[in-house]
Amino acid sequence: MTFLRAIGLLLLLFATSGASAQSNETALRETIADLSSVKNFRETEEIVRSLGATGDPVVGRVLNALSDGNVSFRKSDNVVFIVSERAGRAKLFDPISGDEVGEATTTELTKVKVNNGLRRSIREVFATLTLGSPNPAVRQQAADTMFISPDPAAIEGLDAAIAKEDVASVKQRMVQARAAAVLASDLPEADKLAAIEVIGARGDRSALSLLVSYQGRSEGALREAAASAASGIESTIAVWNAAQNVWYGISLGSVLLLAAIGLAITFGVMGVINMAHGEMVMIGAYTTFVVQNIIRTSYPGLFDYSLAIALPLAFLVAGFVGLVMERGLIRFLYGRPLETLLATWGVSLVLQQLVRTMFGPTNREVGNPSWMSGSFQLGEMAITWNRLWIVVFSLAVFALLLYIFNRTAWGLQMRAVTANRRMAASMGIRTPWVDAFTFALGSGIAGIAGVALSQVDNVSPDLGQGYIIDSFMVVVFGGVGNLWGTLVGAMSLGILNKFLEPYAGAVLGKILVLVLIILFIQKRPRGLFALKGRAVEA
Amino acid sequence: MITRRFFANGADRRIFITIGLLLGVAVLVPILNIALPPDSAFHVPSYMVALVGKYLCFALLALALDLVWGYCGILSLGHGAFFALGGYAMGMYLMRQIGDRGVYGNPILPDFMVFLNWKELPWFWYGFDQFWFAVIMVMLVPGLLAFIFGWFAFRSRVTGVYLSIITQAMTYALLLAFFRNDMGFGGNNGLTDFKDILGFNVQANTTRSAIFAASAVALALGVFITWAIINSKYGKLLIAVRDAESRTRFIGWRPENVKLFAFTVSAVMAGIAGALYVPQVGIINPGEFAPANSIEVVIWTAVGGRGTIVGPIVGALLVNAGKSWFTGVLPEYWLFALGGLFIATTLFLPRGVIGMWDHWMATYRERKAAALPPSAGTPAATTPQQREWQASATGGAPEPQPAE
Repeated sequence: MTFLRAIGLLLLLFATSGASAQSNETALRETIADLSSVKNFRETEEIVRSLGATGDPVVGRVLNALSDGNVSFRKSDNVVFIVSERAGRAKLFDPISGDEVGEATTTELTKVKVNNGLRRSIREVFATLTLGSPNPAVRQQAADTMFISPDPAAIEGLDAAIAKEDVASVKQRMVQARAAAVLASDLPEADKLAAIEVIGARGDRSALSLLVSYQGRSEGALREAAASAASGIESTIAVWNAAQNVWYGISLGSVLLLAAIGLAITFGVMGVINMAHGEMVMIGAYTTFVVQNIIRTSYPGLFDYSLAIALPLAFLVAGFVGLVMERGLIRFLYGRPLETLLATWGVSLVLQQLVRTMFGPTNREVGNPSWMSGSFQLGEMAITWNRLWIVVFSLAVFALLLYIFNRTAWGLQMRAVTANRRMAASMGIRTPWVDAFTFALGSGIAGIAGVALSQVDNVSPDLGQGYIIDSFMVVVFGGVGNLWGTLVGAMSLGILNKFLEPYAGAVLGKILVLVLIILFIQKRPRGLFALKGRAVEA
Repeated sequence: MITRRFFANGADRRIFITIGLLLGVAVLVPILNIALPPDSAFHVPSYMVALVGKYLCFALLALALDLVWGYCGILSLGHGAFFALGGYAMGMYLMRQIGDRGVYGNPILPDFMVFLNWKELPWFWYGFDQFWFAVIMVMLVPGLLAFIFGWFAFRSRVTGVYLSIITQAMTYALLLAFFRNDMGFGGNNGLTDFKDILGFNVQANTTRSAIFAASAVALALGVFITWAIINSKYGKLLIAVRDAESRTRFIGWRPENVKLFAFTVSAVMAGIAGALYVPQVGIINPGEFAPANSIEVVIWTAVGGRGTIVGPIVGALLVNAGKSWFTGVLPEYWLFALGGLFIATTLFLPRGVIGMWDHWMATYRERKAAALPPSAGTPAATTPQQREWQASATGGAPEPQPAE
């Protein structure tokens, strides 16, 4: 990947500095022509090195083609071309200018063979070439490439580049690359000790692997120095690993938060466990699928906005299903929470089978919009955009719900009904109305959770089942009196899960978490944030 | 004396008839299967023996659930776990009986262990070559798990839906655990390829009939034990805990001990059901731990009528016969039917088939009694549960109870 990027930037470079090397062209052509007479990979490598030694960026084209296996020579006259083959015919391009110069059948041509060792040499040569690039990003990339595959021969080139370099960060990378090259060379011990120090200060994974491998083939003071530098890096990396685990945990926690918060609301206000909650999540995910399908066929330009369109729709669809469920089923079962649990389980079976009949039992493809794909690097952690957006999104949903609960009349009524239903009814709150809309709200939130989950999980009829038990655990752990309980519950379960995983494995980690929760409710049977009051069960 | 108690009133007579029926079936079906020629009109085909034998195990499981749910108010969504544990204990015995007839021919190690390159038998497989040991484990393992789990849960007063969710989490955790290969229980393939039980071929007709008879006798025994518990002084306490736990506590009883006893006995019954189930179907795998299975058990009990002893048996037979028929005729609609059954039962048949029948009969008798001169009428024999239902039927609109 980095290699391709280096080539891309290199090609950019031709535009700026391509004209400077006219005088060398004949010499270059002679060197390239030698490719037609090589007998083994070592000779090819020598030619590659000598091409690189010219320092002329124009050789990048032929090196690039060589690495891709696209360099051939004509059997009749041994002229070397860059070729592009298609169905037995090959277009011929000039190796230096890149102009199309003719056509031939593939049988008339012989390919210049390459292997992985040669490709590595080509990459190194590239790096040296690009050290002189006017673009600092290209130079840094080159230095990094040289760091990973150090070559003692490159020390001089690096020295020259370091002397010229005026961007501090790039200069630092070059110094590190030089240190790596020094370690690989046969310079005196003092130089190598200094080099180890430089590499140790770099402190990332490639530095660590370099030091560890060097530690294996050195002895005495050098070995000790490499070992101590490596252990220094290891402790830094351990901190980064912990940070990465926390991030994974937060990411899992935010998914749990989205899935569980609707459940916590309905359970808190109505004392009803909605076993079909997972199916509301699934409905949200399938709404996203339908929206994307319509956009793909009718308005392809809107694809990046598909999630924004799906969000309100998923909320409405899932909320509507929830409203129908409450009015048509659950309100007849109030006061019998265990029966409600069974009836909603029945609803979940029906909904699953309905979706299976309508959309088929297999996974459905839901695409990531461009702003949600890819990842970026933060220190030693890789953070994918879709995970980041889901964390942001779940926190936004949480903040919105917090606002509804604490700042709106509806929220006040919900809290009143949660605290004391009869008293609230006596004060003129229409509790059936509050129940119905609370249930719809909880289901709607599950729906938008489905939109988010469609970005990280398979969209299948079983989607909801995978989250339902974890969501219950969040509710049981966090308690139902308070939204904060759900937040803390979801995040701590997520992080705990991800921290246990490396030691115990994914499955055992999950089992441990379940056991811990069962033990936890010994201490606090109503969860972390239990509603305080004098209520006694009837 | 005991006979007179059997005939004391309608409910007890029903128990007696059920036990008699089950024992009759235990004797009759094997005879009809083995002794009669296949072309006889009264011949019971072997597949029928296996199928009904399976249903009888399910009925025992449903009865076990009824003891805790119907009589003690604990809705366990994890009874499938006890069933499966009993099944695994029996499966381990059957596995050891294969001996060197397995694919790899190892006299000690079951095939999957050879396949996983295990060198020696794990400690928890010791003793399973003895039938008596397996029988003890069939009862001990589910019972012990239920005791430990219940001790923790009931002591901290986890009740209602919280308890249901926790039991579901328990069976889910076991599901995940048994799927692991390094647990030593065959991973996701489970235990299968059984050959012998007590020296008899598992596949043979006579053996199958014997296991069928054992299942029917076990169910009869289960009915008797449940009946004995319910009609003892302890049974009254059980129902008191179901109907008013706090009041029972304030009077001075310890509801957690009452519940723990019922939960443990129920788990042992479920374990026995699982142990009888495994040789009849020939396989036990972690799928039996799936939470959905345990919830299905609940619907058998609910359809038949919870809080009655015959109800769960009727429910288990009805629903499973329906399932067999449905999955044969309209496989893709079975889940619709099952889901609809959950909804319809809770909405329209909260007492189940048997409960509904009793209710109709009671109403009919009351009408008849009202028509006769009052002196001849018997006092209305309503149970507390019936009174509660009457109250909820005549009382105001039901209200949600918020979680505390």
